[in-house]
Amino acid sequence: MGSRASTLLREEEIEEIKKETGFSHSQITRLYSRFTSLDKGENGTLSREDFQRIPELAINPLGDRIINAFFPEGEDQVNFRGFMRTLAHFRPIEDNEKNKDPSGTEPLNSRTNKLLFAFRLYDLDRDDKISRDELLQVLRMMVGVNISDEQLGSIADRTIQEADQNGDNSISFNEFIKVLEKVDVEQKMSIRFLH
Amino acid sequence: MSTISWAKRLLGKQWATLRMERGAREKNHQLYKPYSNGIIAKEPTSLEEEIQEVRRSASPRELDANGTPEFDISDILCFCRRGVESIVDDEVTKRFSAEELETWNLLTRSSAHFQHLSLRLTLLWGLGVLVRYGVLLPLRVTLAFTGVGLLVVLTTIVGFLPNRRLKNILSDKVHLMCYRICVRALTAIITYHDRENKPRNGGICVANHTSPIDVIILASDGCYAMVGQVHGGLMGIIQKAMVKACPHIWFERSEVKDRHLVAKRLSDHVKDRGKLPILIFPEGTCINNTSVMMFKKGSFEIGATVYPVAIKYDPRFGDAFWNSSKYGMVTYLLRMMSSWAIVCSVWYLPPMQRQEGEDAVHFANRVKAAIAQQGGLVDLLWDGGLKREKVKDVFKEEQQKLYSRTLVGTHKDRSRS
Repeated sequence: MGSRASTLLREEEIEEIKKETGFSHSQITRLYSRFTSLDKGENGTLSREDFQRIPELAINPLGDRIINAFFPEGEDQVNFRGFMRTLAHFRPIEDNEKNKDPSGTEPLNSRTNKLLFAFRLYDLDRDDKISRDELLQVLRMMVGVNISDEQLGSIADRTIQEADQNGDNSISFNEFIKVLEKVDVEQKMSIRFLH
Repeated sequence: MSTISWAKRLLGKQWATLRMERGAREKNHQLYKPYSNGIIAKEPTSLEEEIQEVRRSASPRELDANGTPEFDISDILCFCRRGVESIVDDEVTKRFSAEELETWNLLTRSSAHFQHLSLRLTLLWGLGVLVRYGVLLPLRVTLAFTGVGLLVVLTTIVGFLPNRRLKNILSDKVHLMCYRICVRALTAIITYHDRENKPRNGGICVANHTSPIDVIILASDGCYAMVGQVHGGLMGIIQKAMVKACPHIWFERSEVKDRHLVAKRLSDHVKDRGKLPILIFPEGTCINNTSVMMFKKGSFEIGATVYPVAIKYDPRFGDAFWNSSKYGMVTYLLRMMSSWAIVCSVWYLPPMQRQEGEDAVHFANRVKAAIAQQGGLVDLLWDGGLKREKVKDVFKEEQQKLYSRTLVGTHKDRSRS
């Protein structure tokens, strides 16, 4: 009477995911359960439609961008490894990780990586800059039809003005980090996973 | 658990059933502890509060005095996190599949999350399979056929009677008897609470919907007029026979869409005090008995007295939820008849009426809240129709409107400048 969920997920895979993402064994099996329950086609991968079936995500104004973040460049399916890798960004930063030796690769849930995740929600063309157009696009998604083009334009201009330091009229990743330096990103971009 | 192993050691269905019944009643007070093992813990603050909090911490500058909209590039963080939280654990999609159990109940169908424990447990399970499929199932199937067969035959006979009063009395007796046989066929152990609130003629009985068995459970304790679509096949034969004995409300497929027609037939029925109370499930679809989803307002517009009923199943003895996208009706019934038992509680809540100036939606939500509270279920505003359909765009537009308000403030704030 094996548990159907974890017989499909081999122990070696769980270990690999553990190393890569830092989730615990039980968290990985529970998230695998969730992955399979979303996978209506039962083919081991999730498509965009599988995500859009979640009502709370479908009504989130940034829902489509968030879904996009799960899919690697140009692909339409995400497997469990990819799913976990993206979720790993939202793992809280534990105290014993804060002072880790910086010579190793940065953990997926570091402050910089969390900010990079948010940055990429704006930066659709991945050119490492948030242009005025990209900012306007996201703003339009968030407010819908409730704010006029002119007002939105002036919001965008003001935001870029405040953040831009090298005068190229767009926000680079470093400028983005600078603007958010006082924000508690570790807490706002973390989900409290149980067990 | 010890009750079940005791029962299994002795042959004889009756002994087993009696023992189970006693065990279930003894444990009644523990029956409805909700499964609290969630994947994540969510923040209780609203989106607006969170956004204000983040803005204040980021840049404690003076609020812009001349009403220019305030946007912070950090606003995106809140949406982002909430979006990913809903990917990991949302309130809606998990209502359309069977509830997860805390401890295994020796049914393979509920074993999805349990590890292989020991040889002893496997042996117990094996013995359980023998008892369930070898002894319980054949007995129950025979009873089911008897019950349905008697229902069709006897209601047709009663239908020939001309005298109104005799016909009604006999029809009630026939219906009750056949439903009680069906209850035995499922080994449903039902505890009825507050029977003094049982629905009366001229009223509408509303209940939360988990499976077609709900009908049998309620109808074996009282007589109701059923509402539903006309089906073909065996269901159709049963429906035609039932309506000969007493007036049920069956709609043709085409009539179902016409809301006015539906409302008229229902209100005509409740106005006639000689007719039985109507039984309706306003959710419109089966939900997995952990929550109550949006009630369709149709039955609450008619203006009759509403008698709410809460039905809560104990999942440890057998999961009663009908996942219609996974199982057909026949497969579902066979699964029900090969579980240990169907244990449930029915609460008859005090009757409610629409108040002055209250609209149907508000009334429906009030009834829903009462049912949810009594049954220990989560009260959700989401539509059960989301099982099959996409969520309507209007909800996303509401979210966008809410966010826009945090940008430009309300009209009151703007007029101050």
